[in-house]
Amino acid sequence: MNRQSSFNRSYPSLRSGFHTKFRRTWAIWFLLIIHAVVVLAGFVAPYSFETQERGHPYAPPTRLHFVDCTGSFHFRPFVYVTKSAENALNDYQPDCSQRAGIEFFSQGDSYTILGMFSSTRHLFGVQAPANLFLMGTDGFGRDQFSRLLYGGQVSLFAGFVAAAFSAITGLLLGGIAGMYGGRLDDAAMRFAEVFITIPWFYLLIAVRAFLPLQISPVVAFLLVVSVIGIVGWSRPARLVRGVILSARERNFVLAAKGFGASNAYLLRRHLIPLTFSVLLTQMAVLIPQFILAEVILSFLGLGIGEPFPSWGNMLAQAQQYHVLVSYWWMLLPGLAPVPVFLAYHSLAETLQERIKSNI
Amino acid sequence: MRLKRSLLLCAAALLPLLAGAQAIAQEDLLRTTSEPGIRGGKLVIAQRSEPRTLNPVVAIDQNALGINARLQADLIHINRATQKTEPALAKSWTTSKDGTVFTLKLRRGLRFSDGQPFDADDVLFSFQMYLDEKVHSSQRDLLIISGKPTKVEKLDPYTVKFTFPSPYSAAERVFDGLAILPRHLLEKDYQEGKIGQAWTLNTAPEKIAGLGAFRLKQVVPGDRVVLERNPYYWKIDSKGQRLPYLDELTFIVVPTQDAQVIRFQAGDSQIISSLSADNYATLEAEQKTMHFKMYDAGPGLEYNFLMFNLNSDTERRLPEVARKQKWFRDVRFRQAVSAAIDRASIVRLVYRNRAAALATHVSPGNKAWFNSSVPVPARSLPHARELLKAAGFSWKSDNTLIDSTGQPVEFTILVGSSNTQRGQIATLVQDDLKAVGISAHVVPMEIRSATDRVLNTHDYDAIVMGLVSGDADPTPDMNVLISSGQTHLWHLGEKAPATPWEAELDQLMQKQLGAMNYQQRKNLYDRVQEILAQELPMIYLASPNILVGAQENLGNFHPAIIEQYTFWNAEELFWHPPAGK
Repeated sequence: MNRQSSFNRSYPSLRSGFHTKFRRTWAIWFLLIIHAVVVLAGFVAPYSFETQERGHPYAPPTRLHFVDCTGSFHFRPFVYVTKSAENALNDYQPDCSQRAGIEFFSQGDSYTILGMFSSTRHLFGVQAPANLFLMGTDGFGRDQFSRLLYGGQVSLFAGFVAAAFSAITGLLLGGIAGMYGGRLDDAAMRFAEVFITIPWFYLLIAVRAFLPLQISPVVAFLLVVSVIGIVGWSRPARLVRGVILSARERNFVLAAKGFGASNAYLLRRHLIPLTFSVLLTQMAVLIPQFILAEVILSFLGLGIGEPFPSWGNMLAQAQQYHVLVSYWWMLLPGLAPVPVFLAYHSLAETLQERIKSNI
Repeated sequence: MRLKRSLLLCAAALLPLLAGAQAIAQEDLLRTTSEPGIRGGKLVIAQRSEPRTLNPVVAIDQNALGINARLQADLIHINRATQKTEPALAKSWTTSKDGTVFTLKLRRGLRFSDGQPFDADDVLFSFQMYLDEKVHSSQRDLLIISGKPTKVEKLDPYTVKFTFPSPYSAAERVFDGLAILPRHLLEKDYQEGKIGQAWTLNTAPEKIAGLGAFRLKQVVPGDRVVLERNPYYWKIDSKGQRLPYLDELTFIVVPTQDAQVIRFQAGDSQIISSLSADNYATLEAEQKTMHFKMYDAGPGLEYNFLMFNLNSDTERRLPEVARKQKWFRDVRFRQAVSAAIDRASIVRLVYRNRAAALATHVSPGNKAWFNSSVPVPARSLPHARELLKAAGFSWKSDNTLIDSTGQPVEFTILVGSSNTQRGQIATLVQDDLKAVGISAHVVPMEIRSATDRVLNTHDYDAIVMGLVSGDADPTPDMNVLISSGQTHLWHLGEKAPATPWEAELDQLMQKQLGAMNYQQRKNLYDRVQEILAQELPMIYLASPNILVGAQENLGNFHPAIIEQYTFWNAEELFWHPPAGK
């Protein structure tokens, strides 16, 4: 009977095992690459996030050519210098007499990576007066692609840091509540419920009003992260508490307790490790939610301020009607989070399946 | 016998017409010179929000002023197209030699929209309310000169005398917008001290009357205000046809400009005004296929500027602001900032070339008062650096500007978060200033909080904001320009002029107020503009064009640069029949 049921279970798990492994692998690799590119934004982006090409407002994505105006083929992709007509601001026409090949490791705006390495070399670019706007420009002539990469530094890491903060706080408070129970448990859980009911949007407006006018982007980033994180810890805390409540009745915990293990020891040695998989899954769910929270906050003008980009404040420009109908490339920051969310959700799903199989 | 009976019948049929003709003959009607139109039809106009009140005595919001101007009429009116005064309820007037006494002859035989007659008692009653301190009417300021009220007397039922305490050059223009209200409807409220609560949106339409081209038909709170044709209106066209032509004028509430554009495209509204250059460009591309016409009326009376906090009450309360004010008070610093700003980029990128770069608060759209000899500063970084150097500033190796004590020059620029264009201006200014080593931080803020900081707490470094002159005449700018003005924004509450140039501004503005000759006034105002361009209490940036649109078959549509840009002549608007009919 047992053998039969284990066979029935093992066949689908063999098949889904491959899918799960594939899904987990691509999700992890994709997320690693995306985060690496975003960290290295200064190098990967052809321009600085604040460089204004005032002669090119709302320029569409630059066309890469292999065939020139005379019909000749070139192995090296190139772009034409574009100019707008005097009276038609956004009608950019290529100048066939001036072309510039794509260069790798080209010289450009200076940048610093992780506050440590400064350079002026970029992964790719073109020589002025040509421009390489892979995703077009905004109303000030700033390269959308470069801003999207720099914006990811804020949006992705705000989500990640806030989720980590929530998970750690949730682990501590949920662990204590689950382990000690009684009034401590009641107090912690009611406290968590208060946080769930806080209207965080108004909280952020209130916090912003108390801060001085001039706050650095780092402070603004920390503000966004801490507000999102503080408000978001209660859900993981409830989850952790649940896991610990059930785990503390299990035989090996009771045995350890019988041998005189202290509560702190039980928590550290036996109970908290059991919550890791739940927490990881929870983080994989929370990160996209928190990225979205940052996007919404910046969209509403409460996050990172100009000229620093985030996916949210970039998308905020697209809420204007004329931008919506005239410049489709301004909507690309809205699409950027989609593959990231998919990867995180996929990761969360595989982690969940792994937990189930372990149980 | 039969013939006699027919003649009698004809006479009976003609009698009312003849009686009507007699009534018209008794009325002092105003004949307009605009294109004669066709009676009938409806017009829908979108507004950002509903009017707060329909009471002209206490109304201050633009939406209420726009609707009230259709319901009510004034004695002397400013023609928005010519920017000159013209007779309205006052048929003619004379001025005393010293310019203090105005004697106005009123039109006879006019009726309010409820059919009750109008005479000098209504004028006296209306001005009594405007001048009453307890009523808190915003129009009171216009009628108080050097702290003394204007005297209003009735000489006969159709003659009124206004005596101003001192010569008042803009006296004729003051009458524009001062609605003459029906004594028979409002006297009771006024005597009971409830005039402020009269004529709200909940008042029954039949209890509201005026001498305007339309009368109130219906109010749907939060949605629309519907006006209907006033059959007693006192204007006729060149063919003798009584105005207005339209049967109905509806104001709908559409809170954002983007939504207004969509409603206009959908045909829900037939007029759109105060468009941003971007939305104008979007609509302009569609005008032929969508059968509307877009109009660029040129630079309006709005001026946008960067202003530094020059208030003197910050020393103890706000030490950080006070520290920076040492830079701001140095005219060379302000001039350097002005020289570093690329106004041409603001005009091109923010307003798509549909704006004028400014040297002072007077835009080139104000043709009568614009001083063309004051040049608009072109961007010059070397000049900016020279000025900063002369003011004791220097640069670190990384191009950071530092003051004489070694402090980096860093400040915040406030900007109202709801105004996209001003936000863009602030971002461009921030980038321009970086080129001379100044680190400016743009702080978007909800407009009421930003205004509170400017007017009350004075807790700000600099702000990008805009003001709209109410009239082309210099007098409404007195409040901003003279040191004791309530909106002397850069330094509020000055007991005496803080600087010699502010003292000179005070003198010049007071002089122009009393000068009765245009050229004399113009010379004085030219000098005012020269001082402002030199001293830069506000760094004037750009004046956007008035961009509007209307359905192409709307007749007599003549957009103006003074409020209400598109429907100031609503009584003359009419619908051309569709082509082919």
